[in-house]
Amino acid sequence: MSTIPGLERPAPVPSDLTQPFWDACNERRLVLQNCTNCQRLQYPPTQRCDQCGSGDNLEWKEVEGKGHIDVYMVIRDSRIRGFRAAQPINFAVITLDEDPGINFLSNLPGTPPGEVPVGAQVELIFEETSTGQLVHEWQGAA
Amino acid sequence: MVSDRSWMRDREGLGLWEHRGKVAVVGWGQSHIDRRWDGVTMDRSCGGLTKEACLKALADAGLSLDDIDGLITSAETRAEQTWAPRPYFDPPYDTEDGLTFTSADWIERELGLKNIQYRKSDAPYIGPMMGLAAQAVGDGLCETALVWYPMVNLAGRYGHNNPQNNSPEAPGASAFSLPWGYQNGAMFNNLVIFQQYCKKYGKSHDGLADLCLNLRRNGLLTPWSYYALHEPYQLTREDYLNGRVIEEPLVIYDCDRPVNTCAAFIFTTAERAKDLRQKPIYVLNHAQNGGRGRSTMATLEEHQEAVASLARKMWEGSGLGPDDVDIFNPYDGYLTFTQQFLEGFQWHGVKWGEAHDFYADDIRVEGSHPFLSSGGNNGTGRTRSCLFSDSLEQLRGTAGARQVTVKAETALAGCNTPDSNGFLMLSKEPD
Ligand SMILES: [Zn+2]
Repeated sequence: MSTIPGLERPAPVPSDLTQPFWDACNERRLVLQNCTNCQRLQYPPTQRCDQCGSGDNLEWKEVEGKGHIDVYMVIRDSRIRGFRAAQPINFAVITLDEDPGINFLSNLPGTPPGEVPVGAQVELIFEETSTGQLVHEWQGAA
Repeated sequence: MVSDRSWMRDREGLGLWEHRGKVAVVGWGQSHIDRRWDGVTMDRSCGGLTKEACLKALADAGLSLDDIDGLITSAETRAEQTWAPRPYFDPPYDTEDGLTFTSADWIERELGLKNIQYRKSDAPYIGPMMGLAAQAVGDGLCETALVWYPMVNLAGRYGHNNPQNNSPEAPGASAFSLPWGYQNGAMFNNLVIFQQYCKKYGKSHDGLADLCLNLRRNGLLTPWSYYALHEPYQLTREDYLNGRVIEEPLVIYDCDRPVNTCAAFIFTTAERAKDLRQKPIYVLNHAQNGGRGRSTMATLEEHQEAVASLARKMWEGSGLGPDDVDIFNPYDGYLTFTQQFLEGFQWHGVKWGEAHDFYADDIRVEGSHPFLSSGGNNGTGRTRSCLFSDSLEQLRGTAGARQVTVKAETALAGCNTPDSNGFLMLSKEPD
């Protein structure tokens, strides 16, 4: 389960499109779509490249897993059942160092709610969801 | 079909709208408004309130049932749940139709309309739906369209009965957001963008207080509003600054109150509008945005560009510019995104990053910058229709205690969010 007390993350349900992404997560690797035509990363995955519109040149590319905290808020009254026992809980946006136009969500395990160092560096980790499926998470760099 | 975007004016380069000034809004009706439906009083159900709003709109326009040949509505009533599994009632309340939405067929049958040629029950939410109605009349799909938008709020805590929020699984695209606590709807991404806005321009959440207080004031000047009817007192700055935190820094007073109500409007041709009861209010253009950001969360820059593009489309299609808009009623469902509209349309010269200073100046209806004279959804309850009805009333000169003292010859209104919306440019004159 999550290292955040009380948190029961809804488990991602892989689709034909996203199966390789979630399989990689289970191997503790973060892979993003990359259009070899545009040399452009894409996340979350979609059927076609947002830029050139073609689905023929999309490959899965492993990224390094370093990012920075852009902004955050604190969830205090979630409508999502699995989050209510974990409140208050951070909700941060992480930009990927390799391409800051790519962003991820994070609850910042290990960072007390509301005490988020905006602009700080974070590193990729993985956390378990209810089905055992791993999801990518981020925590403050050592 | 909702997915059919061919009628939309959602791209730049389309030029003047081909029906500019040839379509008019000639009627408006607002039903009673409650916090929730009690599940008992059928006149106050979605269907009951829809009938009330439609009949009021007809009376306002001075039209009869036989004059209506088009019916347009949306099923996006934000009910967040179905009436089922609760038991249905006797006809016509024996399905969801009439309880969580009200279809064209339902209204046609219940009002006994005889001359309907055009029926559309799956229009998008009210912002783009108003554009769709203007386009349908302009294109001749019907001459006189009755257009209604119910908002449905049933028993239970809002959003908590939404099945997605109670599932242990995150299917489809939600797999990339729900596991981290992202909630569907406009709250989260726009709050993220608000934080980016504050970071970029050195602003804070407190800067929304003046907007909130003025919206409540305008809402209390609106006789039918939720607050005028049910909670008729003004908020204080202390109330706002100490508001219950929902998702920090968002407080309860930033969120428009879900309500149970219906509004109806009547669109017709400029020709037909000439000799009706109300002075016609002409449509000069409609424009829409529908897009998403590049990655998980859209960014401030993406939403600023989205509104800037929306503004360019509106100027291009209407022939007006930023200095020509007298009344401005953009969406305020969460107060955190309203500044993007104000700055993107450059209303009263407001530039990027200046909205909170503008709010702190004089935005009262009797002042020189009567922003959101409707009271918005924050001040009247989440009808979404108030943005359009206030615009009509201001141009007609019938806004009562809310009537602005500045010139009121043109009005710009629309919803919902910077990246996904539909706006209408209205005018007292057809050209
Ligand atoms: Zn490409």
